[in-house]
Amino acid sequence: MIVAKKKPIEEIIDEIKGYQKILIVGCNECVTVCESGGKKEVAVLASALRMYFLNQGKDVKIDEVTLERQCDHEYLEEIRKMIDQFDAVLSLACGVGVQFLAEKYTRTPIYPGVDTSFMGVTQERGIWTERCQGCGQCILARTAGICPVSRCAKRIFNGPCGGSTKGKCEISREIDCAWQLIIDRLKELGRLDDYEQIQPIKDWSTERAGGPRKVVREDVR
Amino acid sequence: MSTETKTPSKLEKVLKAGHLAVTSECGPPRGSDAHPIKKKAEMIKNYVDAINITDNQTSVTRLCSLASCIHLKLMGLEPILQMVTRDRNRTALQSDILGAASFDIFNILCLSGDHQVFGDNPKGQNVFDLDSMQLLQTVRHMRDQKKFLGGDDIGRPPRMFVGAAANPFADPFEIRVPRLAKKIAAGAEFIQTQCIFNVEKFELYMKLIRDRGLHEKVFILAGVTPLKSVGMAKYMKNRVPGMDVPDEIIKRMSGVPKEKQPDEGVKICIETIQRLKQVEGVKGFHIMAIEWEEKVPEIVERSGLSPRPQVP
Amino acid sequence: MRLQYPSNVKIICLPCTGKVDLIHILRAFEKGADGVYVVGCLEGACQFTSGNIRARKRVEQARAILDKVGVGGERVQMYNLSSSEAPRFVQIASEMTEKMMALGPNPIKTAKSRMAA
Repeated sequence: MIVAKKKPIEEIIDEIKGYQKILIVGCNECVTVCESGGKKEVAVLASALRMYFLNQGKDVKIDEVTLERQCDHEYLEEIRKMIDQFDAVLSLACGVGVQFLAEKYTRTPIYPGVDTSFMGVTQERGIWTERCQGCGQCILARTAGICPVSRCAKRIFNGPCGGSTKGKCEISREIDCAWQLIIDRLKELGRLDDYEQIQPIKDWSTERAGGPRKVVREDVR
Repeated sequence: MSTETKTPSKLEKVLKAGHLAVTSECGPPRGSDAHPIKKKAEMIKNYVDAINITDNQTSVTRLCSLASCIHLKLMGLEPILQMVTRDRNRTALQSDILGAASFDIFNILCLSGDHQVFGDNPKGQNVFDLDSMQLLQTVRHMRDQKKFLGGDDIGRPPRMFVGAAANPFADPFEIRVPRLAKKIAAGAEFIQTQCIFNVEKFELYMKLIRDRGLHEKVFILAGVTPLKSVGMAKYMKNRVPGMDVPDEIIKRMSGVPKEKQPDEGVKICIETIQRLKQVEGVKGFHIMAIEWEEKVPEIVERSGLSPRPQVP
Repeated sequence: MRLQYPSNVKIICLPCTGKVDLIHILRAFEKGADGVYVVGCLEGACQFTSGNIRARKRVEQARAILDKVGVGGERVQMYNLSSSEAPRFVQIASEMTEKMMALGPNPIKTAKSRMAA
């Protein structure tokens, strides 16, 4: 899923402090799973902000709604009838949702409530870790199912580098060395000989470097 | 290995003539005055065959390796351009290789580079368009196929003797030899190893290398570093990844009074060189004495590696 | 034991303090409560294994938020005791009441009445 984390409340207050009627919009998918922008988080943030503004002596209306997703037109349409009541919207969806909302409701300022971070997994409750960077040309078949682009700090294709220590990355003992993981997995699969194959130079044109991307399926249009 | 040289590199000539080669390294200053690095090079020039110039080592911004190599070349010395892939994309890498070649710099060491989190710009981007293995392939491609990665012909292609680093002490040990084989397949012609304190482990590594015949496919220069103090020894043992400093070394260093420790460190270095000379497959030495370059002449002389051979 | 505890304490019974969610604590303050305290089983003795541990973490989260919004994190507390410790229960009730008296009324209450005026 897309993993995001809550923005510090001070930052959010700074974003919306000038407004009188604010709608907080949550999302039922990724940000719910990583506990940063779902219905519960919307409720907590709304309550906290109400208390903050009351203490400031300001009469601010703060409403809550959680949509199924904020990356599809149909779900965003659900708030069309109510949005004009508000002078600002705080979206707790990932950056995708915030932008799509802003594209749809161009006359209402839309603010982000979370810091969108990466595509990853729920390693365990309360810990989410990165797995994919969307390079656009998946090479997992060649690296025993472990991605060197997202899990190696230097995105090395022929690792490990000289800094790998006891299975951990040189930048932090909390980060696994992706190449140690790949070697261990190749061993488990009985394919350690594959290690000596030189991975060719990557075509990064399908990654961010190539510019904003698009996927088109003519057959479903 | 064939004794025919492919480039005008002095290092290549020394190695292919069958001599033990000696290289050392200098770190450029953190400013635009090239004088410090010229001075260091001047100090060691008669005791080494070629001098490595590090490339923003530890990700700390310094005078670039390329410019420093040019300064050395203009002094009539033999520089080895160290190039990391952390800071430059494939356009800039190829461009800098041409820059070096335009000044007839004939040696290059291909590395990935320490992550920028260790340096003075931890918030910066990193590039890693290529890794060190792919950079080796690139330089060889430019030299031997005389083409850019994009396919076009290169006017006056670079003639460089291509090297890579190897660390016999890094994790995991079981892929150290396959990794060297990979670097050779990617195009490495010489190797400089991480500094050796655990000679026994290195001897085991070399045996495994010889079992696969790799010692005849690449020139291996054994890395050595003189210890300045027991503090330095402990630091390297505990804080530097991929470093193997046996307890006997720590004991030896702590067994002498503080003012005698530098001498003991130099002594250990020389003894290490003498032991390594006996190891089949070791074709030279890479003396890393960063900020202690003044000891290099003494180490080379006392190890019986002086005078350096003259080659055509 | 029919011990007396201060009458300003309103008790909300739950099967386990693990059922207390962050929003419950915050809403109580939003509605004007001067203090909230969560009383759970002794750590290690939770009937549902670690409900009281979760509650403690949520109380800490609430504290951080309440500090940031100007209500004051000291107004929420977590206590652990066993169900047989009635005197301790009374002691806690008195302790909390004293603490809240010293802190004064919830600023939200004051703010709301000022706005209504």
